[in-house]
Amino acid sequence: MLNPISAAFKKAKQENRAALLTYTVAGDSSKKKSLEILKSISKDVDILEVGVPHNTPVADGSQIQTSAYRSIKNGIKMNDIFKIVKDFKKSNKYKPIILMGYFNMILQYGENNFLNKCNSSGVNGLIVVDLPWPENKNFAKKCKKKSIYFIQLLSPTTTKIRLKKIIKDSHPMNYFISMLSTTGGKLKVSPNNILKNYNKIKKIDPKKEIVIGFGITEKTIGKLKSADGLVVGSAICKEISKSLKYRQNPVTNVNKLVKKLKSKIL
Amino acid sequence: MKLKKKIPLIDQVSKSGFWGNKFGGNFVPETLKKPIEDLEIQFNKLKKDKKFISERNRYFKNWIGSPTRFIKLEKLTNHIGGAQIWSKVVSDANGGAHKVYNATVHCLLAKRSGKKIICGDTGAGYAGKMLSMAAKKFGLKCKIFMGAKDIARQQPNVKAIKKNGAEVIPVYSGSQTLVDAVSECMRFWVANCDTTAMCVGSTVGPAIFVRICGWSTSQISRELKVQLIDEFGSVPKKLKLYNCVGGGSSSFGFWNEFMDYDKKQCEFIGVEAGGPAKSKKHAAPLTYGSKIGILHGAAQYVNQDSDGQIEETESISAGLDYPGVSPLHCFLKDTKRARYTAASDEEALNAFKTVTKYEELRPSLEPSHAFSVAIKEAKRLSKDTIVVVNSCGDAYKDRGILEKRLGKKYVKSN
Repeated sequence: MLNPISAAFKKAKQENRAALLTYTVAGDSSKKKSLEILKSISKDVDILEVGVPHNTPVADGSQIQTSAYRSIKNGIKMNDIFKIVKDFKKSNKYKPIILMGYFNMILQYGENNFLNKCNSSGVNGLIVVDLPWPENKNFAKKCKKKSIYFIQLLSPTTTKIRLKKIIKDSHPMNYFISMLSTTGGKLKVSPNNILKNYNKIKKIDPKKEIVIGFGITEKTIGKLKSADGLVVGSAICKEISKSLKYRQNPVTNVNKLVKKLKSKIL
Repeated sequence: MKLKKKIPLIDQVSKSGFWGNKFGGNFVPETLKKPIEDLEIQFNKLKKDKKFISERNRYFKNWIGSPTRFIKLEKLTNHIGGAQIWSKVVSDANGGAHKVYNATVHCLLAKRSGKKIICGDTGAGYAGKMLSMAAKKFGLKCKIFMGAKDIARQQPNVKAIKKNGAEVIPVYSGSQTLVDAVSECMRFWVANCDTTAMCVGSTVGPAIFVRICGWSTSQISRELKVQLIDEFGSVPKKLKLYNCVGGGSSSFGFWNEFMDYDKKQCEFIGVEAGGPAKSKKHAAPLTYGSKIGILHGAAQYVNQDSDGQIEETESISAGLDYPGVSPLHCFLKDTKRARYTAASDEEALNAFKTVTKYEELRPSLEPSHAFSVAIKEAKRLSKDTIVVVNSCGDAYKDRGILEKRLGKKYVKSN
């Protein structure tokens, strides 16, 4: 069977549009709410990235940090995160889920245990922020054996030779970081320049799906819609924080935001 | 896992950055791979470059004031009545602590690579103070990341950093201490690595930062070896080197030149921060058997929960208040070359009282941890044993804490 991630890209291509990917932190603003958010946005989103919160995140900006700390404070554990995924998948069997986090959480769970649990709960892909290539070679192989995509990150600082090597080893989906920034930074590079870099990468192996992330908001998403896929994370985390501040329901607000995002790439 | 002889420990690292295939490494976001590789190439080249070494030595001598004193603590020795207690007064160095060596080397490297800005983390404020001082000296713009809790408790150093023209960026996330300052500094580097150099304040972080810092602070043991031979004619038969361990930069530097000696002749004792006697929290991952995990880009023993969340630490000493520890020390622990133990907040304060009662020396709270264990053990050691404690920081920065905990009379002499 085709990995649901690849199926999602295929579907978006058939509809002649970029795939929409969202990132929300598991357990934000609570275990229950984060599951509700996933369920409520799943109709408009092609691939759901679920963040595994960590308390020393070296690549996340303030919005995602706030979400992560909130979730950890609420007592979220790795097993709760798997449960959220499993519960979601009960009603959305084919909607792809990617877990995104830091390697220490996987290391402490045990690589094999972690992957088995991913399988049994329905995780389709993994993004490990601090496990770059070539350090990730062995783990990526293990993922492949379990039919889980290990998604490589590519950055504006990645050299051309390195890009080629990473893409050669990569699974069907990769993630291009739009600019030098932590997550949620203001887009400091023009969308045209980002697309130029994206196209260079895309040319190396056109069969591999490349999504663009970091700094993508309601304002910028439309200008990047020629990419295979676009990831919005911090803007959603910010929406949750804002909703809590004004005592509004984050589920409805996030749902509204996602619909707006979707409309910009149609 | 084995410690090799005749190769500096900083170079006993695998291609992928591991010591003993287990500690260290480069667990970093993709964006940092290139700047780290650039720094590795630059450092590996320059550390063999005679011109660069003599430039470094010139700054160490003329600007930092090498060598720092090596003195006998005569009255303290008489009071304790066991081994001879000596101190390497590294706090003599320009700025008042060993952090100046690493800061100077990082600024020299940044200058050579054409970077205009340098960012760094700080706990006790020394790493920040020295980096701001060195940045000013070398004409670099400087940004210092510091936990909000540390800003409040280490005001004298904060003032010094600002006086040097650096920007102090308070970090409010997490426990608001060193661990969060390092995370925030790394995040800043992720977003600005094209224009900015990063100086990690201790022998922690991705492997290259561990190596650069260890290479820099090794100046301490280079000086000490000469001073020991001057004093005793040779390296003493029974030598014990006591040093506090937070990240582990001063202790590594204090021991490096003696690495190849048999530990029966030259023993290394690392003293971690045990935290308040009544608290379960501590900053002593080596002493209390913390599990291996990843923190700030490196695999190391680190205080964490079963999920892998990094645990909050507690120590009276901001400079030791770090949940992890250098991969170099993890390696020295596993190879049994060094012995690690901990002293509590109260024991460190008592040691400070004892040292200042008998001597003209005012060690900061960090080396006071080392003094605590050295004093305790020296009692039971023979008179021909030479105990040396690295007094790697001066108590001036701790005046607020000392006044609160011990009363006014312990701060007035400053």
